[in-house]
Amino acid sequence: MFTYTVRRILSLIPVLFGMTLVVFAIIHAIPGNPAQVILGQRATAEAIATLTRELGLDRPWYIQYFDYIGQLFQGDLGTSLRTRGPINVEIWPYLAATFELTLVAMIIAVIVGVNAGIISAWFSKSWFDYVAMVLALVGVSMPIFWLGLMEQWAFSIELGWLPTTGRENVRDPISAITNLYLIDTLLQGRFDQFWVVVQHLILPSLALATIPMAIIARMTRATMLEVMRSDYVRTARAKGLRMFWVVYKHSLKNAIIPVLTVIGLQTGLLLGGAILTETIFGWPGIGRYLYDAIAYRDYPVIQSGILLIAAIFVLINLIVDLLYVFVDPRIKYNK
Amino acid sequence: MAELAKNAADILVIPAEEKLTPPWKEALKSFYKNKLAVVGLGIVLFFIVIAIIAPLVAPYGFKEQVLADRMQAPSSKHWFGTDDFGRDIFSRILYGARISLWVGFFSVLGSVVVGTLLGIVAGYYGRWVDAIISRVFDVMLAFPSILLAIAVVSILGPSLRNALIAIAVINIPNFGRLVRSKVLSVKQEEYIMAARAIGMKDSRILLRHILPNSISPVIVQATLAIATAIIEAAALGFLGLGAQPPEPEWGKMLADSKNYITQAPWTLFFPGVAIMLTVLGFNLMGDGLRDVLDPKMKQ
Repeated sequence: MFTYTVRRILSLIPVLFGMTLVVFAIIHAIPGNPAQVILGQRATAEAIATLTRELGLDRPWYIQYFDYIGQLFQGDLGTSLRTRGPINVEIWPYLAATFELTLVAMIIAVIVGVNAGIISAWFSKSWFDYVAMVLALVGVSMPIFWLGLMEQWAFSIELGWLPTTGRENVRDPISAITNLYLIDTLLQGRFDQFWVVVQHLILPSLALATIPMAIIARMTRATMLEVMRSDYVRTARAKGLRMFWVVYKHSLKNAIIPVLTVIGLQTGLLLGGAILTETIFGWPGIGRYLYDAIAYRDYPVIQSGILLIAAIFVLINLIVDLLYVFVDPRIKYNK
Repeated sequence: MAELAKNAADILVIPAEEKLTPPWKEALKSFYKNKLAVVGLGIVLFFIVIAIIAPLVAPYGFKEQVLADRMQAPSSKHWFGTDDFGRDIFSRILYGARISLWVGFFSVLGSVVVGTLLGIVAGYYGRWVDAIISRVFDVMLAFPSILLAIAVVSILGPSLRNALIAIAVINIPNFGRLVRSKVLSVKQEEYIMAARAIGMKDSRILLRHILPNSISPVIVQATLAIATAIIEAAALGFLGLGAQPPEPEWGKMLADSKNYITQAPWTLFFPGVAIMLTVLGFNLMGDGLRDVLDPKMKQ
């Protein structure tokens, strides 16, 4: 296990370097003068020259790349052209907001998706199975940004049940400790604010959870159907074990590996999906940060945002890979 | 002796009704048995027909603005209502089908061509060629796809054409890996060794033998990828990185209408339904094709 973990981590090094190259290329592959593109057509020659110097674009590209890598190793993600602030400082609250949103979305997706898949397999070819699988198919085919807009229209505008945008009540701001507002409000004993945060979380997390939920449900159903046909399940049933335990204890354990892969992949993809959801719901997360950066052509922020999300994606996949061994001890990585 | 030969001939004659059906006919038959797949095919054909005949059936032009008719609710005059410029949403959706299908087909075609070529070369030649191509794929797959698309469009600049290129680029590794793994198994087959033994050129082996025998999972994956590409194009359009005004791209229509959600929710409803139905059609068709062409992948 230890050797495998080390080998798996080492295999990430070329991937991470490749990622920095792609991200580095974002500015350098812009046709023409990047500084001109960033500042627009009306920029003065002086402003263009200043920005060129500021971004280090007047030096050979390989020196710029090594400088960039050096800065990354020191935790320096550059300076935002829009706010003039250091990105590594200003990105954290956004990252925390996205983390909170994606975590809640993933919890919803896993709980609903896995259970819907299990019940569909358990009562295969029943009305529940058909309805759940049709819903899953529709869920996979739905653009989440449209779903988000429809939720907003139905539950905020028409019914007035939930807030339309944002993360907190602006008239009663939350004093951030960890920037994870669910935790911060609890730490401060502000249960009224906690409820406000929950209300703000419901619509965006449901929108974000839809696609992974549908994919997890389909995958769980497929693997559970296969496992439930196996001999040991029949034996367990023949011994008179209750169906509930056969399904949730014996079958699920053996069906969980492919589901875990999907969960890992989907968690990473949620980070991409967050850009769209956060844009719709005015959620101040990293997706929104990137969206604003795109609108302002704030290339250092675009670079750092993409790199950070991709790095987290890679890290999640690594964790999922390592988790396999704990979930299924039959997997031996030492060989 | 003559009698023996006659008996042998009798044995070898296959009765007409027992003749083997060609594989494509078998595949077609089992595809049509899958009701959901047929529904999917129906939806896809419906949107293709709409895209082709849009100028003939659309009651208004997609750019036609009647400011006096701004944000009209659905009516007999404007079936799906009008947007904030007084443009007919029904007509724009009909024209929008052209854009979405065009982006879907051609971006996937680009990914299939480049991905298949790279996958074949990596799988067939192995060694350092494989190592380099596979590492490039690893890096590309390390990015959530929409992010990589944003990165590519950030470089090229926002436009529909660049969104198409971005979607094509991000899907290359999916096809490349698929073909590579298939080629790795196909190249061990005896007929490939035989082809090599008789001195056939690599290019001929690759194009005449390995490619046709590695292509069926690609067809399945391509159908499903069109669905994803349509959503990705809409997402880029929604973020302002794809189609630019006044093009009636469905994602862009959603982005333009999101500020009028309170006054004119229909401007959001219909483009979203159009995206969902098209994507659903391709997903259903892709699932059906997978069951027929690649039963091992069936889950």
